[in-house]
Amino acid sequence: MSFMPKGDENWDLIVKPQSSLFDINFNELWRYRDLLMLFVRRDVISVYKQTILGPIWFFIQPILTALTFTLIFGNMAGLSTDGKPQFLFYLAGITCWNYFAECLNLTSNTFVNNAAIFGKVYFPRLITPLSVIISSLLKFLIQFALFVSVYVYLFVNHADLQPNRLLALIPFLVLLMGFMGLALGIIISSFTTKYRDLRFLVSFGVQLMMYATPVILPLSKFSGIMLKVVRYNPMTPIIETFKAAFLGIPKSYEISTLLYSTAFTFVFLLASILIFNKVEKSFMDTV
Amino acid sequence: MSIAIQVENISKQYNLKTVGTGTLSHDLNRWWALARGKEDPNLRLGESNDRTTKGYSDLVWALKDVSFNVNQGEVLGIIGRNGAGKSTLLKILSRTTTPTKGCFKVKGRIASLLEVGTGFHPELSGRENIFLNGAILGMSKVEIKARFDEIVDFSGVERYIDTPVKRYSSGMYVRLAFAVAAHLKPDILIVDEVLAVGDLEFQKKCIGKMKEISVNEGRTVLFVSHNMSAIKNLCTSGVILKNGSLTLNGNIDSILDEYIIDQNLISKLKLSDIPRNNVNGLLKFTDIKFIDKNSIEKTDFATGESLEIVINFETKSEFYLSKKSNIDIGINDVLGNRITWLSTSIYQDKIDEGQTSIRFIIDKMLLNQGNYSFSLFCRTDVGIADWIQNASSLTMHYKDFYGTGKNIPEGQGYFVSAFSIK
Repeated sequence: MSFMPKGDENWDLIVKPQSSLFDINFNELWRYRDLLMLFVRRDVISVYKQTILGPIWFFIQPILTALTFTLIFGNMAGLSTDGKPQFLFYLAGITCWNYFAECLNLTSNTFVNNAAIFGKVYFPRLITPLSVIISSLLKFLIQFALFVSVYVYLFVNHADLQPNRLLALIPFLVLLMGFMGLALGIIISSFTTKYRDLRFLVSFGVQLMMYATPVILPLSKFSGIMLKVVRYNPMTPIIETFKAAFLGIPKSYEISTLLYSTAFTFVFLLASILIFNKVEKSFMDTV
Repeated sequence: MSIAIQVENISKQYNLKTVGTGTLSHDLNRWWALARGKEDPNLRLGESNDRTTKGYSDLVWALKDVSFNVNQGEVLGIIGRNGAGKSTLLKILSRTTTPTKGCFKVKGRIASLLEVGTGFHPELSGRENIFLNGAILGMSKVEIKARFDEIVDFSGVERYIDTPVKRYSSGMYVRLAFAVAAHLKPDILIVDEVLAVGDLEFQKKCIGKMKEISVNEGRTVLFVSHNMSAIKNLCTSGVILKNGSLTLNGNIDSILDEYIIDQNLISKLKLSDIPRNNVNGLLKFTDIKFIDKNSIEKTDFATGESLEIVINFETKSEFYLSKKSNIDIGINDVLGNRITWLSTSIYQDKIDEGQTSIRFIIDKMLLNQGNYSFSLFCRTDVGIADWIQNASSLTMHYKDFYGTGKNIPEGQGYFVSAFSIK
């Protein structure tokens, strides 16, 4: 036993205190793909267990929110929706925003919520935020189907809707939103292992951020300092493009702004994976 | 024989301070030092990890320069007192945390069982949880499917396999969880003693299954336990950890002998030479002796024999100013568990002036066979006057206690009772 071999051997695994920043083991992630899908399954199934309406809640949430917005912002406050059907306008914004917010909220709790599992078993930690993104995507798809049904209904009834070539960008928009939520969520989750303050900031910060995104008001109605804030918000071009694709392209729309969102997402995604990679190895000591 | 795990100079440092004030400044400090290419200033402060003494730094080394190899097919027991660093070593090897220094290399697939039922979701059914838990432990869906019937069979919860596990009794829950773990087939298995949960029968089943895994299937197993008989039963070799350092590795029998001798070794020192920590020294223990009924000093007693413990001490005059003072003897087993306690405070409020020794007389020492260590403690109104852990030790053995030539088997408790049957 005291015999120490010299030279190279074919080790399957070498664990060192520090490893290079870009050390992501894609092989390993692939090997744990079953776990990824089981986590997704768990998240989707367990949420609505012991509820009477079950998955119908996926529909009820956006419908009720859109109705509330229509009543308060559309009818009572009389805010403009650029002449588009109010309910559809709000539903479009909510569907997108919910997806982004859920990705962000859930991934930002990755370490703290899973500390019990992470402390006992090793598996690639990236699996957990990825599973959140996928289960949120499923939820988004259901809500998107709802949006499309409402849209088709109104379109058939001759509402003022101009679907256009931007529709081709929809899958890309969904991808961007998911990755942006993932990137920001991961960065936050990496810091919450040490500084819990961020948890509070995130849950209500995301709520506030919605008002700096053209979910309720169209971009054309923002002005002054708010316009600046909204323009810097990387979610703005995504939601604007989404609405433009389905409802019709407003005069003020510039597709080039989408490049900003794309760049933002990729820079942050890269940064988040670097940070995550560094934190995941020893977060159990600080969590 | 080829090597399955090679551990090279692993060290692990923990910060005892809770995260909060000062941490950010510590972090900045560290970044600044590392940015200039200097050694992390916080790392130099660390001390060895001896829980029995109070350190002067918030940083401790839970492990320090631990190196060893494990051969393929070997069952290695990791032994040590509480706080010796066993759990930290397991955590590092199972990759739930990283070493501060050093590295380890592994050949083959490694799986760790620090807990059974990790990731069980209460709302999901037994079936769903088997898949989830199996995947968390590193099995693929195909592998789980192939062993599914076996797992259900072993757990004995077939009837409730589609019931949410939150409706399970705690016994069923543990059985199902262990069943999944037992059918994990990694090349290297790391097991913590937490597996010893549940009733006695189930524990036996667990140990049996582990033996089967290691002996019949030739897998490498690392096993941590406080239970020396389980270690002796299962392991082929062992390592001893002490205050975060590896003191010995080798064949399990020699390791266990060494471990027990080591527990007694400290007691060979003269009491006045043992260093103390955080005591005010108003009283100082100088000697402890064990005397039998023939007034002969010895350290080997038969169960049922009379035992007189004589403690000598020196005092400073301030000692007697204290309104209350007491001298206590704590008796521990070799693993550091407190077995019983004797104290002057049971009979009197203070130690009489001028006294330089005290005798505790036990008419019938009913401790079961084995090694026991004695700690001495003295308290006054102004704090702890003296405190020695492991001041001395003695061995108990059987000498026909019941007069029938029969004895209590090993592992049946710490005490014998003088009973009869009718």
